[in-house]
This record gives sequence, structure tokens and C-alpha cells, in this order.
Amino acid sequence: MRNIFERAINTLGWARLIIAAFLLVLFCVAPFVGIRIDTSLSDILVRVGMNGIMVLSMIPMIQSGCGLNFGLPLGVIAGLVGAVTSMEFNWAGFFGFFMAIVFAVPLAIILGYLYAQILNRAKGDEMMIATYVGFSSVAFMCMMWLLLPYRNPLLLWGFGGTGLRTTISLEGFWLSILDKFLSFRIGSLFFFPTGTLLLFALACLLMWGFFRTKTGAAMMATGSNPLFARANGVDTDQMRTLSVIISTVIGAIGMVVYEQSFGFIQLYMGPFYMAFPAVAAVLLGGATINRATITNVVIGVILFQSILTMTPSVINNVLKTDMAEVIRIIVSNGMILYALTRKEQAKK
Amino acid sequence: MFQAFHLFQMIRSSNKGERQISSNPLLSIKNIQKDFYGNKVLEDISFDLDRGEIVGLVGENGAGKSTLMNILFGMPVIQKTGGYKGTVQLNGKDICFRDPVDAIEAGIGMVHQEFFLIPSFTATENILLNRESTQYNFLVELFGDRLQKLDRTAMKERAIRAIQTLGVDIHPDTLVSEMPVSYKQFTEIAREIDREQMKVLVLDEPTAVMTESEASTFLTAMKRLAARGIGQIFISHRLHEILEVCDKIVVLRDGKVIKNIPASEATLRNIASWMVGREVGTTSFRRARSADDQDTSVLLSIDKLKVDMPGERVKNVSLEVREGEILGIGGLAGQGKLGIANGIMGLYPAQGSIILNGKPLPLNNPLESLKAGVAFISEDRRGVGLLLNESLKLNIAFTAMQVKDRFIKRLPGGIKWQDWNELDASAKEFIDRLEIRCTGPDQRVVELSGGNQQKVCVAKVLAMEPKLLLASEPTRGIDIGAKQLVLEVLREFNQRDRTTIVMTSSELQELRSICDRIAIVYEGEIVGIVPADAPMEDIGLLMLGNKLVDEPTHA
Repeated sequence: MRNIFERAINTLGWARLIIAAFLLVLFCVAPFVGIRIDTSLSDILVRVGMNGIMVLSMIPMIQSGCGLNFGLPLGVIAGLVGAVTSMEFNWAGFFGFFMAIVFAVPLAIILGYLYAQILNRAKGDEMMIATYVGFSSVAFMCMMWLLLPYRNPLLLWGFGGTGLRTTISLEGFWLSILDKFLSFRIGSLFFFPTGTLLLFALACLLMWGFFRTKTGAAMMATGSNPLFARANGVDTDQMRTLSVIISTVIGAIGMVVYEQSFGFIQLYMGPFYMAFPAVAAVLLGGATINRATITNVVIGVILFQSILTMTPSVINNVLKTDMAEVIRIIVSNGMILYALTRKEQAKK
Repeated sequence: MFQAFHLFQMIRSSNKGERQISSNPLLSIKNIQKDFYGNKVLEDISFDLDRGEIVGLVGENGAGKSTLMNILFGMPVIQKTGGYKGTVQLNGKDICFRDPVDAIEAGIGMVHQEFFLIPSFTATENILLNRESTQYNFLVELFGDRLQKLDRTAMKERAIRAIQTLGVDIHPDTLVSEMPVSYKQFTEIAREIDREQMKVLVLDEPTAVMTESEASTFLTAMKRLAARGIGQIFISHRLHEILEVCDKIVVLRDGKVIKNIPASEATLRNIASWMVGREVGTTSFRRARSADDQDTSVLLSIDKLKVDMPGERVKNVSLEVREGEILGIGGLAGQGKLGIANGIMGLYPAQGSIILNGKPLPLNNPLESLKAGVAFISEDRRGVGLLLNESLKLNIAFTAMQVKDRFIKRLPGGIKWQDWNELDASAKEFIDRLEIRCTGPDQRVVELSGGNQQKVCVAKVLAMEPKLLLASEPTRGIDIGAKQLVLEVLREFNQRDRTTIVMTSSELQELRSICDRIAIVYEGEIVGIVPADAPMEDIGLLMLGNKLVDEPTHA
């Protein structure tokens, strides 16, 4: 009995058990403070679909030993440019959504390649460098959003007629296009975002498949033991570059998916903190800085988004104050801090 | 443990009477025994050191020299691993140091092979570190003696005095970072000399980093110190130095004192043969050499290879390996024997030319080496040899998968999918063949014991089906049973598949039991290649850098 209990703790980890227990308490309390469980569940599902792919983008870089992708804003920027460019041509519906991705991916490949060149020169300090690459790219784009030659009045500042707005609505373009695809309702309040979740599942499947290929094995070895990889004929720099490009491309696609669900495109400082929730989610799922699995991503994104959805609404109703932002910051940064201080321990 | 100590107390008190009659040696080591977790490294070691005497301590790597010196110097590692048995007496008094500070206070100094100096300090500052001459100032009243002012002039005088004792010319204001290696070594010794109470000086391979002329200055300095009555224990692999400077020679082998004789009675050849010992009934895997072996073609020819591998630098190696043979590479640690295989694999920056099977092999490119049919068992099993956190089957198949596209199923679109069925099958086959103790092909290798991990490394190269196998220390740190098995598999691999093997090992016995020829590396060069059944003492001499041409005369 004791053994089973211990094994459960070992496989799940204390962090996940505590968070899960906390969630359970929140769900139990929720009905008593006037929060509907079905609405909450629906919110959680939408948020999981929204963020899932971006969290998934952490995996290639972690597996190749480049650490957590704090440079996710690069992928996000590619996603934003893709979306804005597709809207510039007034393309709407599935075609618009698809073209946003088509524009985003090549840019993500170029940015990812350059980003990888920087990371390969800073082996051992990737995460620190990545953070600043992310921050400075956001600052750089703050200028570019003003200067890029977009002409569609729907995207531009109302006054002056030049420079993109900070917030652009997707209304009339491809708002919730995936969320609504094959979606269904149970009762009036529970909404199931089938399309988004399907795409997330497909992305997970492809990622799993990638690591079952020869190249996937080489990438994993690069992260697990670079000396081993080199001694066995793997070009480690090339594998790292590839992993960074894949991470950035998935980040860009993830951003387009995020936008359609969120309903708005937020430019300028919008991408600034995008990396942290994704990093926190994958760590919460049990990944370490050099090992991550699809399971880590799925568990992580569900737990993290559940906490973000439930905590503010329940606690706000209990305390009658707005704690949403405070709790979000404590959970996400606390999780990152926790994960960075612990090293993976080998079973003996 | 406590009881044993008590017993020694009793024995000692009963011996007291007779000891007072004879004049006490300066340092006396009696019946020292030490084991690390049941593994005996020192057995019944006894010898004496008199005032002004120099004792040379020689032995192969792992003979127990460093452990003995650690005991003498009170290194914490000894206490941590359960202490030792036996007694050490200084001036007739029992000593047992808890840490090096105790040893220093009692008058034992040690000069290490690696420098314990602060590079940005001057010679003076290093020599007098923490023992500076000081002057009073008022801050002392407030904050204590640590805030006394340094008396630079007095310090310089003391430093000069210590340096002069050595008979060298080091300016006391030279920064350590700007000194040549030998000066650094002298500075270390000067630091020990400055201690008034210093009686015994232990020199652990101080000349290893020096040139010939530097070393000879050093030996002169040693003689001066001896004239001042300081007893010295000198550890060196350069036997002619030992013969030149020592009064007495103690030869250690496998933790035992093999010989303890006056230097005048020893010759290079004797010492070498005592060090390496004689072959005692080990199983021989060597096949009967047939006549046509001599005629086989050259598979690998290395010309002027230079490999920049830290700690195992290869300076100039030219070597030919015949097809189907097992060539052993031996030598003492740090002489560069490991660098050769690592250089061929392209793991460390290399220069020179390597021709494999008639085709030049590109240097510094592991993938090309692997593709050309070279496989490598790394001496660093956990660091380079394995993916510790991955499964056994992936470890075994990884190289073959990456290099030869084995264990791959091709899916439409050119996707190279890992064939897990084949992976499982081959892992199971190797588990049976090599008797790998594990729960199955999916167990992570980090959970296996050292011997079984090594078998995984062997399986990995077998899966490659190489033309040339480079095995570096394939039996290091594994138990006897696994050792035997690994050697048998290598032998079988060599005979059945005609795979040429270059095996590097620190264990001479092992090389002799499996190889056809043995090349000995000394200071980054090959000093000689002998047949495996050459006399042990010849190999011993080669390991110490003495070419086999003539018997060097005793200085």
C-alpha cells in the first residue's frame, strides 16, 4: 500500500500532486461561490487548445539540449507577421487562417536559423541568451510595426494612417475559425472547441513521430549527451540548429492558433511575456531543462491553464478582490524557479 | 575499528623498550594497511626515512603510492573511507593526522604534481602565504591580529633565503603566472622550506613537467636540502633520476613493498622488472600465431599523428596495424596512449595522416571515421560511451542507426522510422550473447552496473560490424567476471570476423593476454613495439621511456 503510494508520488512528482489537489479543492469550492463548473471546464478546454501548440514548441529545443525556449517571442513575432500579412489582403475564413500560417512559417525558419547561430555560440548559457533574444526582438519589432508598409485601413492607426495598431480585432476575418470547427455544445454553457483541440492532438502526434525517426534520435542524443552524439557521428551543431528552427516554426503556428481563439492580435509589447506561461506549463508537466515528453506537455498545459482559469474566478469571488494577475504571476514564475533549481535524479 | 586501534596501542607499548635502544629514524612507516571498501590497496607497508636521506618511491599507476602519501599527509579522504591500519612515527612519536594542517604543523611538507599556487601573486607572496611577516598597527586593537600590516622587506628577505637554499635564481617579485613551469615547482618547494620546523618533504612527481636541464637543477636542489638534514620521499617515473639522487629505493607493486634496497644495489633493469612483476598464470586468449600472419597487409597506417587531448597529448606517433591482428597500446597514465584512439576517431584536434585500407581518413571528423568502418569503445564510458538516461536497446543500436541506417524502416516520403521490432530483437540477442544483467531491452542504462554498462558499449560496436575496432580501456573499473567476458568477446570477434583491434589499456597483463603485439607510448611517442610475449622487464623499461638498445649505466 505504502509502496503504491510512493510510486505514484515518484511518477507524478510532488509539484503536480499539490497543484492537482489544489485544483480539486477549487472545483469543490466553486459551486458554493456561484461559479458554474460547466462554464469553467469549457474555459479550460478553450485555453488548453489556445496554448497547447506553443507549449509543444518547447520540446525540440529541450530535447536537443538548448534548454527552455525563452526565445519563443521570435516564433510569436513570425506568427503575428503572418496574421497581419494575411489580413492585409483581406483574406478571411479558413483560407485567411491558412495563409497566415503560410506567411508565418518561412519567416520563422529564417528567424529560427539566425537564433540558432547565436545559441550555438553560447553553449551552456542558452536560456539566458534566449531570454534576451526574445526581449530584444520584441523591442526591435516595436519599431518595425510602425515602419512596415501595411496599407489596409483596418490594421492601421485611425489617425495619421501609418503604423499598425496595438490591438487588431479578428472579427470578420478568421475569428474562432478552429474553435468552431466541428464544435458542439452540451447545455447552454459548455462549449467544446473541437477544431483547436484536434489540431493540438495532430501536432502532438507529429512531434511524437518525429522523435521516432532517425533524425529524432540524433536530436535526442545531442541533448542527452553531446559528447556521445559527437562520438557517434552526429553533427551536434546541425541538430541544435534544426531543433531551434522547429521550435520557432511551431511557436509561430501556435501563435496563429492562439490568435484565432483569442480574437485579437496584440502587437508591440504583446509578445513580451509570451514565453513564460509556455515555459511554466511544460515544467509543471514534469519536464526538466534537458528532458521533455509529449505527456509532460499535455499534463502541463491542462494543469497550468486550469489553475489560471479557476484560481482568479474562485478566489476573486471569495475575497472580493481582483487577484487574477497576482496569482498568474506567482504560479508561472514560481514554477519556472522550482524547475530550474532541481536536477533530474537518476533512479539507482 | 576502535578495537583495532586499541590493539595497536597495546602492541606499541609492548615494543617501547626495544625502540628506545635503537636510534630513531626520522620517519618510520610500519605495517600500513589500507582498503577502500574491501578492496585492498596497501598491504603491510613498512620502511624508514632517516635525516638527510632521500627515499625513492617507485611503482606503476595504481601501485598505491598516492594512497600512502595521502595517509602520511592526513588527507581527509583517508578518514572518510574508514582510516588505515598500522603506525606512522615521526621522531619516534606516533602520529595520526586528521587533516593536512596537522601534518604541516608536525613538519611534513608536500609538493604536488599540480601546482597549488596563486597565479596573480608574486613568488614572495606565494611562498609566505598565510605565514607573512607582519607589523603592528592600531586597527589590530579593533579587529584583531588579521589586520596587521605586511612587512614587505622582511618577507622578501625570507623568500630570498628560501629560494637560495634551493640554489636557483628566482626574483622574489616575479608573478607566478609569468614563470616557467620549473620555477613554479621551485616556488612550491621554497614555500615548504620556509617553514622552520619542516623535517620531511614529500615530492610527488615534481619533475614530470620539467625539461632535462630543469630537472637536473631540481635534483641538485634536492641534494642541498638533504645536506640540511631534511628527509625526502621522491616519487618519479623517471628512473634515472631516482638512481641519481636517492639513497634508498622502495618499489611498490599492487599495494605491497616488493623491494627495499640501497640505491647503489639497483639498476634500471632491476627496478623496471620489480615494478611490473612477472606473469602469473593468467588465462591467455592469445591464439597460436601462424606463419602467414606476418604476411597480411597493412590495414591502418598512421604517420606523424599529433593529437591535442588534454592530459593525454600525442606528440608524434607513426604506427602500422596489420589486418586481422590485435595491437595493444600500453604506457603509463598521462603519456598519451589514450590520445591515439581518440585522435583516429576525430574526437580531439589531430594533425598528421591516417591511411585506412589504402584510403586517407579525414581527420577531426567522427562521422567519416565511423563510415570508413572504424568503431570506438571510449575509455570514458559514462561521459562519452553511453546515453545514460536512454534505454539499452537505443544505446546498442544508436551508432549503427545513425551511421549505417540499420534498424530503420523507410516510410513513404523518405522518412527514416526507427524499427523498434528489430531494435528489440538485436538488443535481446546481445543481452544473451554478452550476458548483460538487466530487466530487458527497455531498461535505462544508468540503472545497470559498471560491468554491464561496458557490455552495452561492446554490443554497440559489435552492431556496427566494423573493420577496425578501437577499444580504449575496455575493462577499466569492471569486475573480474565481466572483464573476462569482454576480453573473450573481443578475441572471438577478432578471430571469427577477422576484425582488426587496437586495444589501449593500462593493464599490462591484460594486453599480454590478448594482443599479438604491444606498442608502448611514452611522452606522446611510441618508444617501442614488442611481441606480447616479450619479457616483462623489457616492457617495463619501455614504459619508463628507455629504448631497448642498450643497458643505461647507473649514474
